Amino acid sequence: MSRELFKFNGGIHPPQHKAESTQRPIHPAPVPHRLIVSLRQHIGNPAKPVVAVGERVLKGQMIAAAEGTISSAVHAPSSGTITAIDMQTVPHASGLPDLCVTLDTDGRDEWIARAPLDHLQLSPADLRAQLRNMGLVGLGGAVFPTATKLDPGKSVKVPTLILNGAECEPWITCDDILMRQYAAEVLQGVSVMRYMLDSDVVLVGIEDNKPEAIAAMQLAAATLPFAVEIVTVPTLYPGGGAKQLTRTLTGIENPSGSRSTDVGIQVFNVGTAYALYRAVFHGEPLISRLVTVTGFVLRPQNFEVLIGTPMQELVQLAGERDGATGLLMGGPMMGVPMPRTDVPVVKATNCILVKSDELFPPLPRALPCIRCARCADACPADLQPQELFRFAKSDDFGRAQEYHLFDCIECGCCSYVCPSHIPLVDFYRYAKSEIWAREKEKIAADQARERHEFRLFRHTREKTEKADKLAARAQAQRAERAVSNPPAELATATSASTDPEADAKKALIAAAIARAQAKKADAAPKNTDNLSAHTQQEIAEIEARRATIRAAAHQPLEQEKNP
Amino acid sequence: MLAAIGVMTAIAVVVGVVLGWSAIRLKVEGNPLAEKIDAILPQTQCGQCGYPGCKPYAAAIAAGDADINQCPPGGEDGVKKLAELLGVEVKPLDETHGTPKPKSVAVIDEQTCIGCTLCIQACPVDAIVGAAKQMHTIVAAECTGCELCLPPCPVDCISMIPVACDLPHWKWKPPVFTLKLVA
Repeated sequence: MSRELFKFNGGIHPPQHKAESTQRPIHPAPVPHRLIVSLRQHIGNPAKPVVAVGERVLKGQMIAAAEGTISSAVHAPSSGTITAIDMQTVPHASGLPDLCVTLDTDGRDEWIARAPLDHLQLSPADLRAQLRNMGLVGLGGAVFPTATKLDPGKSVKVPTLILNGAECEPWITCDDILMRQYAAEVLQGVSVMRYMLDSDVVLVGIEDNKPEAIAAMQLAAATLPFAVEIVTVPTLYPGGGAKQLTRTLTGIENPSGSRSTDVGIQVFNVGTAYALYRAVFHGEPLISRLVTVTGFVLRPQNFEVLIGTPMQELVQLAGERDGATGLLMGGPMMGVPMPRTDVPVVKATNCILVKSDELFPPLPRALPCIRCARCADACPADLQPQELFRFAKSDDFGRAQEYHLFDCIECGCCSYVCPSHIPLVDFYRYAKSEIWAREKEKIAADQARERHEFRLFRHTREKTEKADKLAARAQAQRAERAVSNPPAELATATSASTDPEADAKKALIAAAIARAQAKKADAAPKNTDNLSAHTQQEIAEIEARRATIRAAAHQPLEQEKNP
Repeated sequence: MLAAIGVMTAIAVVVGVVLGWSAIRLKVEGNPLAEKIDAILPQTQCGQCGYPGCKPYAAAIAAGDADINQCPPGGEDGVKKLAELLGVEVKPLDETHGTPKPKSVAVIDEQTCIGCTLCIQACPVDAIVGAAKQMHTIVAAECTGCELCLPPCPVDCISMIPVACDLPHWKWKPPVFTLKLVA
């Protein structure tokens, strides 16, 4: 049975270099002395540490919990003692440090208690929560939390489930070797996915340069109680991109800015399916993954690596050679250069490619764009890379967005075919990050505006409230007085005025005068009656003294008079 | 002749009524130009432009009372955007109003703070938390770096700390695209 396949625009045929690392079986890398586990290994919010420095942890124990809607937990890859929770250099193009948990292993590799999940008994929401706590994320490179992807949402079901085993990027073979050795386990993981998404059709797309993997998967699929179609797709970079594989297998193209679930499709990497199998059937959180170590090394191969293992140790395991010029995380097309060789492996690390001048000669100097549009011919996202380049270079980000910059998958086909050797993708990455930064600034500015306006509003409100309060108090006093001194009496006492307002005011004034006189009378000394003549004289003397002092105080001083 | 005058008068009356009606019914509240300008301004509310906030400055630009180059936090980029919006020439920033500084946030030295609340009253975005004779602190996420809290502080316990670039705020550098010198 052969399925009708569809073509996407462009694509390229770079040299494969797959054979180098598929000659050896998967080799479990030894537990390193020190593991550095980054807490930002997935898309979304970084995980929040739940352990303290000095604490002993077991293999598979949660060391950081998921935070927010889109997030994932992080676990101890081996048993040992937490020695630091601080900023460490992470495998990122920026070379900036980020929060990491450092774990000194004790070599015992002691597991925490594990229990398989009964996925058929648990409710989907509970199962998703469990998977989120097990740190499951997509292992194809985008590291999107798997639990979120396994939520069909409002549509209740996702009719088509696609398993991505295309692995189109040159040099990388971790998915290939995984399918060869663990095909049955991968498909067990698929069965859980199918159950959660209630899918009708399950397609596995594998490029035709992996015949062993295709054979192994077909063999395993034959034993399953549900239909899984193993589809051989032509080898064409970037045929393993989620959007491109969807197009190849189903002919459906995601509208710009929409999600694949909007068209009833969900795509998972084979590595994710395997991790899901380990989580559901063995209760193991995501603490290790397959990593291809290849390029300029003596023994290119795939390792089963604990998350947090320094890349340098893997390079040494594969046989370090003199003349290496740095590491790429990922393949030659989309990989990012590592700031240092001792950065730790993260969940997104599918390949460590050791560079050398011989294998990856430095690009010749870029020449001006001649607008040959070869990049447009190669672009699998149907974009106009030459226009995007023009806008990105001149910081005209608005126009770049109009030309759908954000549909660019950064596959590097345009840079690969460019006869002027322009690093086009670097320009798109620059433009994208600049646009994101501006959006963040805009949000911050809007927030500041809102807060400032509220402050002004609050000030006016406080002012009017104060004025109102004073007025109300005055009114109340007036009313009180009107009750105690009936206005009729006052009116007769003053004049026969007809204006009640004026009368009230006059009454108020009269009352105030009366109050002031009463106060004065209160303040006057009251014990001055019936004094003896002697006391009277004393008082008179004191008063006289006071008068002379007062007079002297009003006189200018001698020296002031005659300076 | 009379017919022509009559027709012209009738047209004038009809058009006048329509214009009069639309002037009342279709009136736009506020100043749309000032709002557009305000949307470009960085909303630090620092007053370096000489106006008590971004909105008054926007209103002044819209009214033609202020120039477009008086906002140092907006930088050259802001001037460029304003020039584009208003259709005027781009001009360099007016140095008399200050120079652009890297984005910073105010930090209160809590050991020195005496709890006088003067900075709280000065903050244009209510980003300072505290009460009389209690320690004050700044909500870094809300601070616009306007520096308005610095002068009122009687014990000089507030300092401006430039925001360090962290991973979520990191940006790709523009690729260096050098052309080969031929001659």
